[in-house]
Amino acid sequence: MQTLRRTPLYERHAALGARLVPFAGWEMPVQYAGIAEEHRAVRTRAGVFDVSHMGELRLAGEGARDYLQARLSNDLDRIGAGEAQYTLLTNDEGGIVDDLIAYRRGDDDFLLVVNAANVEADHRALPETEDVSDAWAYLAVQGPEALERLGLEVEPFTFRENVDVLGVRCLVAGTGYTGERGCELGCAPEDAPALWDAILARGIEPCGLGARDTLRLEVCYPLHGNDITPERTPIEAGLAWACALDKDFTGAAVLRRLRASGPAEKLVAFVMQDPGIPRTGMPITEGGVVTSGTLSPSLGVAIGLGYVPAALAEPETEITVDLRGRPRRARIVRKPFYKREEA
Amino acid sequence: MAAEESYPDDLRYHPEHDWARVERDTATLGITWYAQDALGEVVHYEPPEEGSSVAQGESYGEVESVKAVSEVISPLSGEVLEVNAKVVAEPETINEDPYGEGWLVRIRLSEPAEADALLDVEAYRAVVAEQ
Repeated sequence: MQTLRRTPLYERHAALGARLVPFAGWEMPVQYAGIAEEHRAVRTRAGVFDVSHMGELRLAGEGARDYLQARLSNDLDRIGAGEAQYTLLTNDEGGIVDDLIAYRRGDDDFLLVVNAANVEADHRALPETEDVSDAWAYLAVQGPEALERLGLEVEPFTFRENVDVLGVRCLVAGTGYTGERGCELGCAPEDAPALWDAILARGIEPCGLGARDTLRLEVCYPLHGNDITPERTPIEAGLAWACALDKDFTGAAVLRRLRASGPAEKLVAFVMQDPGIPRTGMPITEGGVVTSGTLSPSLGVAIGLGYVPAALAEPETEITVDLRGRPRRARIVRKPFYKREEA
Repeated sequence: MAAEESYPDDLRYHPEHDWARVERDTATLGITWYAQDALGEVVHYEPPEEGSSVAQGESYGEVESVKAVSEVISPLSGEVLEVNAKVVAEPETINEDPYGEGWLVRIRLSEPAEADALLDVEAYRAVVAEQ
């Protein structure tokens, strides 16, 4: 029997009546008021997510940049101190071990924020890094009113450290997983309950992993373990933009060849035309498989991501999803499903 | 708006959290408050075809929330006379009124005696209490 880990905010979630579920070895809130309601709060106002289960790997000291530049897909020289970057950790076959955010604190000083389920795999692939996950609690505050309600300003993909946020010392990053403006706040675990309470006191809604999943799916951010895996490459997944193929990193040669020859399958976004909701693992009759699916709370239609043969991977193409034995039509659309209105 | 927890005493219950309102040789079927609460907001109802047969203890449809799919188990055997079109169009009706507007199908009973084997409200409450 596996013991589930709990974040420093477990007592807060339980007191709020959250539905708690096992996720990547953690006991995490999947919803409080309801997924659709929390989803709408983030799209229209502001919501807060406990993402303390995410892992943090640190590498500082001479050679840190060279070490990571040789192992992560994106070009670290495109960011300077105080900037963050979406990047991939790949294996020798070019498969995606993890997707992560690299924070550059200095020329040779980096913090990597990684998926909870992949901390150990990442650490194995990057043995020089130090796993400092236990030193961090992480809260994501997202939505059009998120920064205003916190009294903070932060530009997308930048970060600052040692910022006083509602009385708690935080790392403030202009990142997130919802497609909305907002920030992610890193703090010491012992400070997390006070920060959480202060955030809720600003009228920001507590949101669970359920809404986090529907929000990210509407903006087509891939979920590692579903849409991207060690068996899938960034070329198939449409993540070549996060790969600096003109440099060398793990699996880069494979990816360069794959880009030249073209992948057999591509990850596409589709909207159901017939009734029913696509779910992870459902076959696509023309070839391929659904990797994520839900009813989109913002759009009111059933949406999904999945791999299809490359020849079919054009918007407007009709495909068939096998919904537990029932063939149901879907139409491939341009990503993303949802785009926030620019202020 | 989600309904308050309740289990009407004029219904017969199946331990898989389904109810039947038996009226002579027909019955109206649905899922209980417990079932809809466990599922969360229902966003899709996949009904059987009218005229098809359903069998006691077997699945006749599916209800889905944003996160999960649940098969609906028939408490009784019979032929589907009517599918609740309101629930097909507005699945959240199941959350709002699981025993009223949120009914799922109406069937003509092929084995009316099966109803005797279903749980009464006290026995079903005991099932819920064990969950």
